[in-house]
Amino acid sequence: MTPLLEVRGLEKRFTVKKGLFGGVRSYVSAVDGLDFDLHEGETLGVVGESGCGKSTTARLLLHLMKPTAGSIRFAGHAVGSPNLPLKEFRRQIQMVFQDSYASLNPRLTVEESIAFGPMVHGTARREAVPRAHALLDRVGLHPARFAGRFTHELSGGQRQRVNIARALAFRPRVLVLDEAVSALDKSVEAQVINLLLDLKEEFSLTYIVISHDLEVVRFMSSRVLVMYLGRVAELAPTETLYTQSRHPYTTALLGSLLSMDPDRRTEAAPISGDPPNPIDPPAGCRFHTRCPYAEAVCSRSAPVLTVEGAHAVACHRHNAASGSSGASQTEAV
Amino acid sequence: MGDTATEKPVQAGAAATAALLSIENLRVTFTGLSKPVTAVDGVDLALARGEVVALLGESGSGKSVTLRSILRLHAANKTRIEGRIHVDGVDVMALSPGELAQFRGKTVSMVFQEPMLALDPVYTVGQQIIEALRRHEPLSKTEARRRALALFEQVRIPSPDRRLDAYPHEMSGGMRQRAMIALALSCNPRVLLADEPTTALDATVQVQILLLLRDLQRQLGLAMIFVTHDISVAVEVADRVAVMYAGRIVEMGAVRDVVRRPRHPYTIGLLSTRAHGGKLAGTRLPAIPGSPPDLANLPPGCPYAPRCAHAADVCRAATPPPVTVAEGHVVRCARTDATASL
Repeated sequence: MTPLLEVRGLEKRFTVKKGLFGGVRSYVSAVDGLDFDLHEGETLGVVGESGCGKSTTARLLLHLMKPTAGSIRFAGHAVGSPNLPLKEFRRQIQMVFQDSYASLNPRLTVEESIAFGPMVHGTARREAVPRAHALLDRVGLHPARFAGRFTHELSGGQRQRVNIARALAFRPRVLVLDEAVSALDKSVEAQVINLLLDLKEEFSLTYIVISHDLEVVRFMSSRVLVMYLGRVAELAPTETLYTQSRHPYTTALLGSLLSMDPDRRTEAAPISGDPPNPIDPPAGCRFHTRCPYAEAVCSRSAPVLTVEGAHAVACHRHNAASGSSGASQTEAV
Repeated sequence: MGDTATEKPVQAGAAATAALLSIENLRVTFTGLSKPVTAVDGVDLALARGEVVALLGESGSGKSVTLRSILRLHAANKTRIEGRIHVDGVDVMALSPGELAQFRGKTVSMVFQEPMLALDPVYTVGQQIIEALRRHEPLSKTEARRRALALFEQVRIPSPDRRLDAYPHEMSGGMRQRAMIALALSCNPRVLLADEPTTALDATVQVQILLLLRDLQRQLGLAMIFVTHDISVAVEVADRVAVMYAGRIVEMGAVRDVVRRPRHPYTIGLLSTRAHGGKLAGTRLPAIPGSPPDLANLPPGCPYAPRCAHAADVCRAATPPPVTVAEGHVVRCARTDATASL
């Protein structure tokens, strides 16, 4: 079966001006050669620390910015080809952002916010408005009470429900949730997560869940992609990743989860230091500066993503051809 | 609110007698808005020497407002603060501006959530620490720099001598937070206040900063109030937890008791609503219904009642008084009979 999204060699470089008068230029490779597939009906979680390129990836997927290199195919068609014009593609893939306030137009009422997009895409007002009301009802906001309100009259949780309804108004196939529940209070977060899980079943959606919260990603996702400084570190089915991680970075990230047990407090940090500055990333494997297993080969060459069944990992220790001394004892890690 | 008669401060066990810091019936009202809003409404808290208390709550619960009141950081012309705050025998509310300047940093110091905003961008971090040191103690520049260097080593900043001459924007997020902690500790305070110090950090860095704060707190015997919205962070650092809701402490007790035997329906809800571990296909999270309260329009009675599964008429009639459910474990709930069996 053709994957819904095929991402190949995706790259995004931003120019950074150094020097007082913009003389010296350098680049940030925010996304540096990303390959993955998104299958119909799955939820792909994307995790990683700030600067790893999660949000840039989301924006590239929606064609909110142009990639420096690489391709994205949707349902077998190149985006922008005669079979899949950009406007049609944009209808099929929608996004919910972290900042529920900034992502809504303050001059539009809730009803207008939701109906606006479909109307731009050619739906008549007499159709779009009743549908907006139905969607409001579906996301738990009573249309009679909320349709006429402005966004500043809503709480954070209510605004995020409006954003979800707005995204669904296009009848999309894919929803990209970029830290969509991160800004919400814990008591509200659970409500919105549950709503998203219900909507996914009801509308047969495919999700990409981008989050720094490993617990939320574990709860929502069927597969998880771990990114580090613009590259894929590891990609595996959720429970495999959380219980048998292979990349030392994934293991460190999971080791940073706090126990919730006062008698089993964390005694040592799994890794030291901060993520390096993406303007000047380390050569070879980008994780080698913080990796407890790093050896000579890791600073020389970048590991390739090695796939074994459904589990892909980019680490010299898991590639017998790499010359890493750890490569033979893969399973012991 | 008319319920002050029921607000007898209930002290938690031994902490009361040896309190280094005590807050009694603190009420903070912001008057600069179109309608006055009471953000903190009758908070009692006692902190013993070397003790760590976590203030846990969601946005608007009053946790940060309580913390900032201890240093009197709220704008005096737009805030009405009532109640008593004592630190080491000093009446904080009665301090003159000059005394307050000595008190801040020297007796009580603070680590903020966003070091990029708390540090001055036009001075190197070294200059800022040296300035703080010399403001409180008669030190030469050389001596002050030596002390600053020792502080940087203490907070485990690599190549500390070079980093002292760095500007805040030249440091990574974790490094900046370490520098902020060094600055906060520069004048050997008795009490350290930490306002979500790890919230803005990445997961792998958050653990490092939590461990650093915990080690320093033990080494220096600091008393610490740690404000957080994340219960798992509270579990890592605190001896006791105070859960806040709508400007009040609704549950307080030893970390073990609160996490394992929570008795306030809100705490119970917060603990069960966390997504953790794998899920079974099709499962949903247990969620607390409704939204956090609007402080300008609080219902009469218990502010959690509209969201509470156990709410009865008594809850909606009056604010429940504190109930001691076990030694040192106090809950502001009228239905502790119902939550005992949960």
